[in-house]
Amino acid sequence: MATGDRERVAEQTHGATTGRSTPRVLSAIAVAITLLVLSPLAWLVMRAGEMETIRAIELLTSETTVDVTINSIVLVGTVTALAIVVGVPLAILTVQTDLPFRRFWTVTAALPLVVPSYIGAFAFVSAFGPHGHLSNLLSPLGIEQIPAIYGLPGATLVLTLFTYPYVFLTTRAALLSFDGTIVEAARSLNHTRWQAFKRVTLPQIAPGIAAGGLLVALYTLGDFGTPSIMKYDVFTRMIYNEFGAQRIDYAAVLSWLLLAMAVAILAVESRLEAGRDGAYVSRGSRRPGEIKLGRWKLPALLFCGGVATLGLALPIGILLHWLVRGGIGYQGAGRAFELAFAWNSLSVAAAAALVSVVVALPLAYLAARSDTRLGSLPDRLSYVGYAVPGVVLGLALVYLSLKYVPFAYNTVILLVFAYVVRFMPQAVGTTKSSLLQIDPSYVEAARSLGYQPLTAFRKVVLPLIAPGIAAGGALVFLTTMKELPATLMLQPFGFETFVTYIWRVQESGYYGQAAIPALVLVVVSGLSMLVILRREQHNAT
Amino acid sequence: MQRSTDTHDTTAAFDSVETAVEDPTATVLELDGIAKDYGHECAVEDLSLSVRDGELLTMLGPSGCGKTTTLRMIAGLEQPTDGTIQIDGRTVANSDAYDKPEERNVGIVFQDYALFPHLSVEENIAFGLTEASERKTDERVSELLELVDLDEHRTKMPSQLSGGQQQRVALARSLAPEPDVLLLDEPFSNLDVRLRVEMREEVRKILKRAGVTAISVTHDQEEALSISDRVAIMNDGHVEQVGDPAEVFENPESKFVASFLGQASFLSARVAGDTIETGMGTFETTRLNGPVEAYNGATVDVLVRPDDLRAVPSAESTADGYVTQRQYNGPSFVYRVTLHSGDVVHCLHNHSESFEPGEPVEIDLTADHPLAWYPTG
Repeated sequence: MATGDRERVAEQTHGATTGRSTPRVLSAIAVAITLLVLSPLAWLVMRAGEMETIRAIELLTSETTVDVTINSIVLVGTVTALAIVVGVPLAILTVQTDLPFRRFWTVTAALPLVVPSYIGAFAFVSAFGPHGHLSNLLSPLGIEQIPAIYGLPGATLVLTLFTYPYVFLTTRAALLSFDGTIVEAARSLNHTRWQAFKRVTLPQIAPGIAAGGLLVALYTLGDFGTPSIMKYDVFTRMIYNEFGAQRIDYAAVLSWLLLAMAVAILAVESRLEAGRDGAYVSRGSRRPGEIKLGRWKLPALLFCGGVATLGLALPIGILLHWLVRGGIGYQGAGRAFELAFAWNSLSVAAAAALVSVVVALPLAYLAARSDTRLGSLPDRLSYVGYAVPGVVLGLALVYLSLKYVPFAYNTVILLVFAYVVRFMPQAVGTTKSSLLQIDPSYVEAARSLGYQPLTAFRKVVLPLIAPGIAAGGALVFLTTMKELPATLMLQPFGFETFVTYIWRVQESGYYGQAAIPALVLVVVSGLSMLVILRREQHNAT
Repeated sequence: MQRSTDTHDTTAAFDSVETAVEDPTATVLELDGIAKDYGHECAVEDLSLSVRDGELLTMLGPSGCGKTTTLRMIAGLEQPTDGTIQIDGRTVANSDAYDKPEERNVGIVFQDYALFPHLSVEENIAFGLTEASERKTDERVSELLELVDLDEHRTKMPSQLSGGQQQRVALARSLAPEPDVLLLDEPFSNLDVRLRVEMREEVRKILKRAGVTAISVTHDQEEALSISDRVAIMNDGHVEQVGDPAEVFENPESKFVASFLGQASFLSARVAGDTIETGMGTFETTRLNGPVEAYNGATVDVLVRPDDLRAVPSAESTADGYVTQRQYNGPSFVYRVTLHSGDVVHCLHNHSESFEPGEPVEIDLTADHPLAWYPTG
């Protein structure tokens, strides 16, 4: 102990001993991770610095840029509005009315979320496009023309169908968590049901609706697959094309605009989050009385059924159809699916998951236990993952690696790094929420029983947060499996995965070959939904 | 872990648990002028306290008085900004050196027990026994399970136990490595009222049998007075009074202590030679505790508790005041009486003696002990 005196004094000066403040090593690790994650953004900034102002202005104000900006805004606006129009009524019908088979409709309303939107788009094009299933079916009847699926209508339809569940779920959560007695109070103050809904229910669930709407907007803005398949020129599609044509300057300029819009959406979201303190916190257990649908029952059922048919039955049906008919006429000149592709998908996803949970642990610990400014770093960092669309990340990483780490270019390392930047926040989230459920006095108890801080953490905290870490890893694994744009841009030469294979088959029009990998991806995203739902139940209890 | 170097063989040491404490006059814990600042806020200020071997001392005070902070400083979970802490003659914290919690040989029973939920009862108890062989550990765990009377729950998980059982496991876990000092943070606050009384006796019995020096923290005066060898009344970051529970209750040294213990009222009295004049009559100064001559002609506040007074039905003309509130406690009533003089006092009566609010009453001073008093102000 005699030698320990100086160490103790040293330690005391930076306050590592109380266990309530942040150890220096942990902070250093967190800062290093932050810098790494931010590096792709650094490329965009650097690129801006290198470009001549006149050229930048020229590109920013070109006709194409204006068109693409308008297209993107129109798409985001219409999809968000339509998602609210579809999602909110579904939530109200399944929570507050006497709709028959409510549980069934709740499930079908949420499920379209498991279809990756590019697979949905793919299915819709094959059904409704020229020479698609539907036109082939209808042509013997003399119907030659069906409405065009390409362009804005197709992109809007597909994105709405596969993103409205965000609005549905947040609205449903808001409806479930608010106290039914206040509706009864409004009724007792001489309000009709409709008046009570407008003056009491709606203001309470509005933040939930808005939160869902913003998720839809952010998803739509960053989605690459759907607009590309629908041949609708928005930022993501243009960036990808410019990247393919080696016009980096223009790709960079479009990336700034795309990022600016994403940041704007996130800014609205975080303001909403901050102002939500008083909203739906009333934790009454009473449900408001059920609304009797009466003669509206049939239209309500048709509405639910219609949405379920378009969002669920149709895409899955088409995939199954491909699967059954696979051998005949659908197999073209393209390479057949090989098991090696599956192995590639699984192994990069596993690597991304592993790296993510390891990196997430210090960040989550900092976020959960530190009350210093550094403690909010991981949360801020997670926004980078959400805000930077895959195309932008892919673009930045290609050029960043070419310039500074050429050995990583065209390797799996770069691909895994991209996945970690995009999806690590999910692992931080689950790990942090597990940590928050652990009483800090466990560590104090272990220390009072003679354990060093790190040993105490390993013996007491780690076993308890293991399920959270595992869930985070599973989420990263599953979302990595279906990631499209960064995978396309960063795949090492000849390294095919489920996703790149589907994309290639889609481009060449040999739909049938995509059946198995597409169905696998649907199952994979179904599983990731399951992980999230299990976590929510677990956290709720 | 240094602890087994200065203790004997685990089993041999446990035998001493059954016997009495070796030297009840030895000081085990010494706090000397300790202070804790949080930025500009001062949680503990110049606090000194010494605890004897085998003693159970309770720090009692309202929330925010600094008692939990003091406990955490003894444990090493917080570092004092000033002052010295000595455990068993060894300085564990002073203004420039500081032992970590794992180096102190101090056990803690946490308010919510902090049992490790992934470990069974026996694994929890064995958690701190890292030095001993497997057989020794096993024996020690058995001894402790016997001590806290939980033999049959050995392999259960904490979640399968009741609140009282969990508390006993927490106690056994912290006693297992034979701490020099055991700290208990609000130990009964998570139990329901009935169990609380039962566990108080149980815990005191276990602590006494283990012969451990223990410091407990609470804001519940009944708990503090009933289980402790000594109580330290804390207020605003410092100790107001330390002593034997009965002595502190009977002779509070400050008005704060007086008002904190029991349902205290203060009767303003003017000292006039050998008598004092109050809103309920004139009494001789011999009824007061200690000489009051120095205050001749001035006013003092006399401490009266509900059991010191009795209300007697009276006519309007002879009444001292009116009953203004009736509080029914089952076996007894406590009446609040507002005197004509403006003082408010409380009287304890059994449930058969009933007054109505608004009734005029005379108040008799029935106390058979000298009354504590304080200069007004």
